[in-house]
Amino acid sequence: MSIFLNENSKVIVQGMTGSEGSKHTARMLASGTAIVGGVNPRKAGTSVDFDGTSVPVFGGVADAMKETGADVSVIFVPPPFAKAAVIEAVDAQIPLAVVITEGIPVHDSTYFWAHAQGGSTRIIGPNCPGLISPGRSNAGIIPANITKQGKIGLVSKSGTLTYQMMYELRDIGFSTAIGIGGDPVIGTTHIDALQAFQDDPETEAIVMIGEIGGDAEERAADFIKANVTKPVVGYVAGFTAPEGKTMGHAGAIVSGSAGTAQAKQEALEAAGVRVGKTPSETARLMRELVA
Amino acid sequence: MDLFEYQARDVLASHGVPVLPGGVAETPEQAEAIAREIGQQVVVKAQVKTGGRGKAGGVKLAADADEARARAQDILGLDIKGHITHKVMVAQASDIAEEYYFSYLLDRSNRTFLAMASKEGGMEIEQLAVERPEALARIPVDASVGVDAAKAAEIVDAAGFPAEVRDQVIAIAVQLWEVFSKEDATLVEVNPLAKAPDGTVLALDAKVTLDENAGFRHEGHAALEDTAAADPLEARAKEKDLNYVKLDGEVGIIGNGAGLVMSTLDVVAYAGEEFGGVKPANFLDIGGGASAEVMANGLEIILSDPAVKSVFVNVFGGITACDAVANGIVSALGILGDEATKPLVVRLDGNNVEEGRRILAEANHPLVTVVDTMDGAARRAAELAAA
Repeated sequence: MSIFLNENSKVIVQGMTGSEGSKHTARMLASGTAIVGGVNPRKAGTSVDFDGTSVPVFGGVADAMKETGADVSVIFVPPPFAKAAVIEAVDAQIPLAVVITEGIPVHDSTYFWAHAQGGSTRIIGPNCPGLISPGRSNAGIIPANITKQGKIGLVSKSGTLTYQMMYELRDIGFSTAIGIGGDPVIGTTHIDALQAFQDDPETEAIVMIGEIGGDAEERAADFIKANVTKPVVGYVAGFTAPEGKTMGHAGAIVSGSAGTAQAKQEALEAAGVRVGKTPSETARLMRELVA
Repeated sequence: MDLFEYQARDVLASHGVPVLPGGVAETPEQAEAIAREIGQQVVVKAQVKTGGRGKAGGVKLAADADEARARAQDILGLDIKGHITHKVMVAQASDIAEEYYFSYLLDRSNRTFLAMASKEGGMEIEQLAVERPEALARIPVDASVGVDAAKAAEIVDAAGFPAEVRDQVIAIAVQLWEVFSKEDATLVEVNPLAKAPDGTVLALDAKVTLDENAGFRHEGHAALEDTAAADPLEARAKEKDLNYVKLDGEVGIIGNGAGLVMSTLDVVAYAGEEFGGVKPANFLDIGGGASAEVMANGLEIILSDPAVKSVFVNVFGGITACDAVANGIVSALGILGDEATKPLVVRLDGNNVEEGRRILAEANHPLVTVVDTMDGAARRAAELAAA
């Protein structure tokens, strides 16, 4: 098994005809993902050729789901139009919407999060690399050739730290690696992923990567203490980040005493999580647990 | 982006929130002119983006225009917690009968907006929240619904505002929501919201933080940026669309992806402990692509920082494989030519890493050292910076 995404997932791409959307659609297809359609109201009825695979374009998410049975949408729509794209996916009741777009105003993401409450769509992102269940399916921009299927589950705020950790532990492999994004408001949280990995029989151990800003890691620590019996190792980035400066991700900022890496590490350690000082040390800790 | 008080006041006023007359001055003469126009007692306030300016001598009353000039003279140039005062706001002084508090903010933890209100204003709200939490009403605001008069009444009544100001505060709460939502703010805080002796309720001081991601739909927001205070290297990096933050160390950092770069800063700081406390000199994320041009722009900015003694290029080859990154580094050094003068430690990992390392070895640039691991490369970069 894997979480949220598997070999039966049928994926559509909102914004497939844009430059990022088409580049990554080609990569997802090349890694074996079942891409069943794209969405663009102005190009409905046409199709796009990706290296010999013809992908139909639909006018809307609901049409695409009706015609193809799609259950995952990957969204590359630019920031000014991203809110409407996510709302469309939610209203069509697609089970999983993966929002890759970086730079969405937080009023828009808070709005579409509120709009999705009570509905049936899981949102991942925004400003995230998506998720991969190696050897099965790849929804987003995570390089597919870093590692293979295996027994580690990975959840991270950061894209490149996800890749780094997948690479460090590439010989062991991953059930699913999921990048939840570095924005102040995101859909799927560390806690949601931890719960899913806890419930997934294939996942034997979990790596959790956090960074400065907010209190998601502290809340995840409380959750682990109460609910996670599988071993968890952790890493937190941003110990040397100064107060009041945004470090690349819109959500990565220390405000006063809130959001520091130190507090996050302490909370995780108090919950029994072994926390590495560097990514390599974190990988070593995981290796000791599962070797 | 945090606004200065005078900018926040202007934004509030543009949405109809009642404020006192005033203006901003960069010289004592300008302050005098504003005070003369107001024509009565004024308050001269340092415009710095930090708290505690009253205690630091940054807020003074002035009875007339001449005195306003003298007070502005005192306050301009004042160092308040490391912030130099370049501007003062001159506003009509007001007697205060009662002080209240009102704010809207993004509540990250609960992924919603939050209204906070209290009939006890004036003090630091963090202090009030700790000492008398029952005096601070916190009402969640659904982002997909917003605040109308009924919601505003719910907030105002939860905070127990006195009956004689209730209607005024409800109207202001609706106006402040308009500021928060229409300006794409993540914080709108009025402290104090004050009742004057005649019973009028006014916003006497305000903090506004705007979401930079929403700049594309607010033409006026770019002009609110405090370009004078920006670090010159940060300003130049911004012109080149580079995600750069100046720090106070000696090891220049270039990496791809915000998380990996933050992690690189930490690893360099740990390694630096061994070499007399060498620290990272900057944050620079060149993104997933890491093209030669972006690499050259990044290197150029970092090498022009006089504090930098060595540079650590830390790249994970994911979407852009390591061979392309290595070619980018080699071309960037070619583009820079004699401008490249400081040692570079390069760590590449990920897709096509062997080919990437081969390209760097073949180029054999005298300034470049390739180290295989992130921890080892950080140590080498720290060592070179301490040499």
